[in-house]
Amino acid sequence: MSVLKNQLWGDPLVSAVRQEWSTSRKSHSCSIIPSHRVVLMTSDFEKSNPYVHELKKTAAYIAQPGKGILASDESNATTGKRLATVGLENTEENRQAWRELLYSAPGLGNYISGTIMFEETLFQSSRAGEQFVDILKKQGIVPGIKVDTGLQPIDGTDGETATQGLDGLADRCKRYYEQGARFAKWRAVLKVDSDKCPSSTAILENAHGLARYAQIAQANGLVPIVEPEVTLGPGDYSIERTAYVSEKVNSHVFRLLNEYNVILEGILLKPNMILPGLDVPTPSPEEVAKYTVRTMLRSVPAAVPGIHFLSGGMSEEEATLNLQALQAYGPTPWSLTFSYGRALQSSTLKIWSGKESSWKAAQERLVALAKANSEAQLGKYAGPHPSPGGARILQALRLGGAGK
Amino acid sequence: MENVEDNRQALRELLFTAPDCLQYLSGVILFEETLYQQASNGKSFVEVLKEGGVIPGIKVDKGTVDLAGTDEETTTQGLDGLGARCDQYYRMGCRFAKWRAVLKIGENLPSPLAIQENAYGLARYASICQQSGLVPIVEPEILVDGEHDIEKCAAITEVVLAACYKALSDHHVLLEGTLLKPNMVTPGSKAPKVSPEVIAKYTVRTLQRTVPPAVPGIMFLSGGQSEEEATLNLNAMNQLDTKKPWTLSFSFGRALQASTLKIWSGKKANVAAAQANFLARCKANSDATLGKYAGDAKGAGADESLHVANYKY
Repeated sequence: MSVLKNQLWGDPLVSAVRQEWSTSRKSHSCSIIPSHRVVLMTSDFEKSNPYVHELKKTAAYIAQPGKGILASDESNATTGKRLATVGLENTEENRQAWRELLYSAPGLGNYISGTIMFEETLFQSSRAGEQFVDILKKQGIVPGIKVDTGLQPIDGTDGETATQGLDGLADRCKRYYEQGARFAKWRAVLKVDSDKCPSSTAILENAHGLARYAQIAQANGLVPIVEPEVTLGPGDYSIERTAYVSEKVNSHVFRLLNEYNVILEGILLKPNMILPGLDVPTPSPEEVAKYTVRTMLRSVPAAVPGIHFLSGGMSEEEATLNLQALQAYGPTPWSLTFSYGRALQSSTLKIWSGKESSWKAAQERLVALAKANSEAQLGKYAGPHPSPGGARILQALRLGGAGK
Repeated sequence: MENVEDNRQALRELLFTAPDCLQYLSGVILFEETLYQQASNGKSFVEVLKEGGVIPGIKVDKGTVDLAGTDEETTTQGLDGLGARCDQYYRMGCRFAKWRAVLKIGENLPSPLAIQENAYGLARYASICQQSGLVPIVEPEILVDGEHDIEKCAAITEVVLAACYKALSDHHVLLEGTLLKPNMVTPGSKAPKVSPEVIAKYTVRTLQRTVPPAVPGIMFLSGGQSEEEATLNLNAMNQLDTKKPWTLSFSFGRALQASTLKIWSGKKANVAAAQANFLARCKANSDATLGKYAGDAKGAGADESLHVANYKY
């Protein structure tokens, strides 16, 4: 019986009952009816959507044990900033080469079940002319697509943002599906501080955007990754504050997903881990795990197949250690896994630095990082980390991108 | 039998002192009058239950009233002075409470107003209970009355439960310290019946889509099902091989008492037989929570429908 649950339900009588329940569930000898045998359709949306079965299968595949998502959907502008850190120009050729390095890394598909791409990348090919979607499919990696078009400020708030991208979204989803994408992603950002943020306006606006996007994505065959990021920022707000805010935000999000008839077996959740503000000393993985799992238990219905945590500003090693610590609270009804961008790419990019001679070493670093996180997802990571002792990898919120 | 205090006391004494029954019960919900009553040996009912390892609980709502402008939809009363009443109930030995919100399925029903109002009443009640040390049972009952099919019931139950958990979150209710008492997902009372396996699948899926795993237990209401039906449905749910992070158990009124009451009919000579029947139902439902019920507890009346239209209690 997991440690967290014993703390929450410390009464020995209650623990004993739950122990007996969980043991008897596993050991009773009467016939078990597999629940996949009868097909249940409830809402009109579920009944009329031809993609329902595929959505559920794709979501379950991506959320499978021992695997996670490589988030490589940085917009051209953001990618440019990354390339600049290793002295590379922001050209289409460099962006294409960088993603080719990632997607063709040998063995990546053993640890990565899906990758999120920016629109330009979805339609790109390798230097030898092979489409990226085909390279990925050969690796057993499902192609995904970022569909939001960036953040805009909400006037009258303290720097809070809304996410754009609903206009023409259905048509864009159809095009992406035809190209081979099978899941989508939309990033909502909630600012947090000790008292004012997020405001109820920001929560309602971002929850609405996520729900509307999710419905449109499902209607057009794409599994929506629902990402309500309570973003790691400056300040001394406590870990309890982040936990409280994340619960509230998740509660709004799931209420609206229900309102918009989104089929929860066909989504993935991409939340933040629960961390205090940057001015508070970095908590231990055990503390992060305790608050993170508790927040998920309180707000995420069991029907969601996978929770893929974003790495936010965590260092590469922090992201792995925290992921591993989460598994101590299992088994959980959704897998607790990863959707990492910076935490898989940061040192990979540094090793490459645009040099052909470093291509292989960079790929090996990427796969080593993916492997470490895969092991962490299974609770089996033992170290040493491929990229130990790194600092937090922070980036400022970028406004007004308009999807470029 | 006449509805007098002595008879009410006699019924409860029959149930609470029935030999070997209390081991299958973890809680009993009491009406206020019962909380202050005693068995004929002078022991308070609260003591009788506690000695049997059963936690006493208390119904705290004060019934339903109509919502103006709706098609006979209702909200539940009882918030005024609730905090003080809960404090008193806690002093008397209760450790959980119950509040029944009622919704019905019909043409354009339940309305968003009825859903919202009942969800918020439940959340407000839950918040007050927890302040006084009582675990709130959250009961958003969607009546079985009607001709709708099981899909409609599932769709509406999803909407209602989602609204309830949003309201509970808004009111800062600690989910680990609550229980849910929902209806099972079934066809309407006037629609063709389906098997327990189908009821189980729709019910559990509805719960997977709406009830956060932090909620420790889901204790179904029986809502007019016959005793045997309710037990078979519960059993089927516990046999289902799917994600169930909460226990699936029972909070049965009619489905535990109906045939027992009939056998007793107020006659002292029938007490032993009535208690034996009660024991059989308690054990059957206990087995059902473990998915082990073999269908062998049927006595007289166990298959009788207990449906009463527009049920109030």
